[in-house]
Amino acid sequence: MSDDLETVIEVRGLRSVFGTQVVHDGLDIDVFRGEVLGVIGGSGAGKSVLLRSIVGLKDPDGGQIRFFGEDTTHLRAEQRQPIERRFGLMFQDGALFSSLTVLENVKVPLIEYYQLPDDLVDEIALLKIRLTGLPAEAASKYPGQLSGGMRKRAGLARALALDPEILFLDEPTSGLDPVGAAAFDELIATLKNALNLTVFLVTHDLDSLYAICDRVAVISDHRVVAEGRVGEVERNPDPWIRECFQGPRARSAQTRRPGLAFDAPV
Amino acid sequence: MQGAAFADAVNDATGTRLRIGGDWTLAHANDLDPTIRRIAAAHRGSGAWVIEAGALGSLDTAGALLLIRALRVSGKPLDEHRIEGMTAADLALLRLVGSRLDAPAPPIEPHASFRRMLERVGLAVASLVQQTRELLGFVGLMLVTMLQVLIGRKKLRVTATVFHMEQTGLDAVPIVALLSFLVGAVVAFLGATVLRDFGASIFTVELVSYSFLREFGVLLTAILLAGRSGSAFTAQIGSMKSREELDAIQALGLDAIELLVLPRLLALLVMLPVLTFIAMISGIIGGGLVGSMSLDITPGMFLGRLHEMTEMRHFWVGMAKAPVFAFLISAVGCLEGFKVEGSAESVGRHTTASVVQSIFLVIVFDAMFAMFFMKLHI
Repeated sequence: MSDDLETVIEVRGLRSVFGTQVVHDGLDIDVFRGEVLGVIGGSGAGKSVLLRSIVGLKDPDGGQIRFFGEDTTHLRAEQRQPIERRFGLMFQDGALFSSLTVLENVKVPLIEYYQLPDDLVDEIALLKIRLTGLPAEAASKYPGQLSGGMRKRAGLARALALDPEILFLDEPTSGLDPVGAAAFDELIATLKNALNLTVFLVTHDLDSLYAICDRVAVISDHRVVAEGRVGEVERNPDPWIRECFQGPRARSAQTRRPGLAFDAPV
Repeated sequence: MQGAAFADAVNDATGTRLRIGGDWTLAHANDLDPTIRRIAAAHRGSGAWVIEAGALGSLDTAGALLLIRALRVSGKPLDEHRIEGMTAADLALLRLVGSRLDAPAPPIEPHASFRRMLERVGLAVASLVQQTRELLGFVGLMLVTMLQVLIGRKKLRVTATVFHMEQTGLDAVPIVALLSFLVGAVVAFLGATVLRDFGASIFTVELVSYSFLREFGVLLTAILLAGRSGSAFTAQIGSMKSREELDAIQALGLDAIELLVLPRLLALLVMLPVLTFIAMISGIIGGGLVGSMSLDITPGMFLGRLHEMTEMRHFWVGMAKAPVFAFLISAVGCLEGFKVEGSAESVGRHTTASVVQSIFLVIVFDAMFAMFFMKLHI
């Protein structure tokens, strides 16, 4: 995109290796403030590994990662904390703590990081749960009692607990039915607009790419092979991209291209 | 724009004017909270407000929530207040938060109260009754299926049975033998220490043989197998349940009891008595070794005395209990596996429950057997 945008995440020359298997080699990617960046790639291309490397769950085997201009590649846990407060991470299946109710799950980061009166914590947590579109009754339920879609929303509520600037989403629509997935896309677009979020989205759902992503990065062959607006990327000659964007599933996603998200009413 | 958040409210001719400024963010929520409470208390039901937000730095959901809290006491909806000097993005956020807060909050159950305590006691009693009923029902189901296998209506799964015999029986031989050997030695030491004062060290032989033949052999084995195999049964069946494999078995028209439970039950029914026998022998060897090493009872004397004084009935008393314990352990282990619901956490919980319940039942039944045999003078 244009150069005057603030870069919030900068990945340079990332290298990830598991044993003898090279996942990333010299991977560069930028995330700009206020955008929704969709990262797509085949299974095993290293989308989730990239996300885990950026947020610090995996130590990179080479290269550099910068958050808000600050090098965070090899920070120790306590040095990482101030940065961790500024981003929220939603795992594939919510990764809610199973021994706590949804409300308690959302309260965990609030209680750990801030000294707040109990009733205010409750109210903030409930607000986050409602922002994600969960019914209020879900707040007192345990993760085991929720459906997959509700668990994802609850996971999103916990990721939003500290009002992060950057939201990382790991395959938010996988395992959801088409209606649920579309609703989730719309929810992300709405929240992104209302809460001023930057969203880093790992997905293999083409519908999500067309519906909510400002920019798309394709990972293949250990690197980002294409990046830009989805309309530009789909014309890229790379064989995997061609197969991905020209296949029958892609065509149906393109025809349904809604463009609703960017100016959806709040 | 970084700065502490503030808010103050004044009444003038046009109504209440609320001036807000600074960063209304989560980091400042703790300072803002008392201010908001004070303003809310002073301006209850005061109609539409004018909000001057010109000095507002940044606003996040926590800040918006606090602002809505203050506005709530005025008794008017958000749209009727006049908001000046707020950016469009902040206003949108405020509207979103306001719309989501309109719904009534669900009542949050208090964590601890006398009523909750009574409720939990009641629930515990009810679940005990329920569990007993389930266990009895399951035992019945196991017996019926076993009968059907005996008369040939259902198949005996030989491969699975032999596999479980190896896992629960053969693989457990070293640990059962070692443990009984050590306990046998300890019992002999204890007995010798007490009996020496009476000049009756030789009775150590009876002490070891009686206790191992009647009680310790079978009890140690049963407790070990409850921890080792009962828990394994629960975990195996439980993880199958959580991955819907049990539903698949049913959908294929197969019988989970015949396929999963009966092989485990038969394996334990055969192997627990065998292991009990091994435990008895190694316990007595442990006692005999201590006797010969520190009590001057030679192995020959020990064996002679054993042969002379210990009747065969003690052995049968111990052995008679083994199949009963085997049945209890496999019934509880398998049933808890079937009770697993959903997550991996549930598997863990039911595995613990299975071990605790089966050890409890084994000891209770052992006590009942002891009274029974005492009344019969066996």
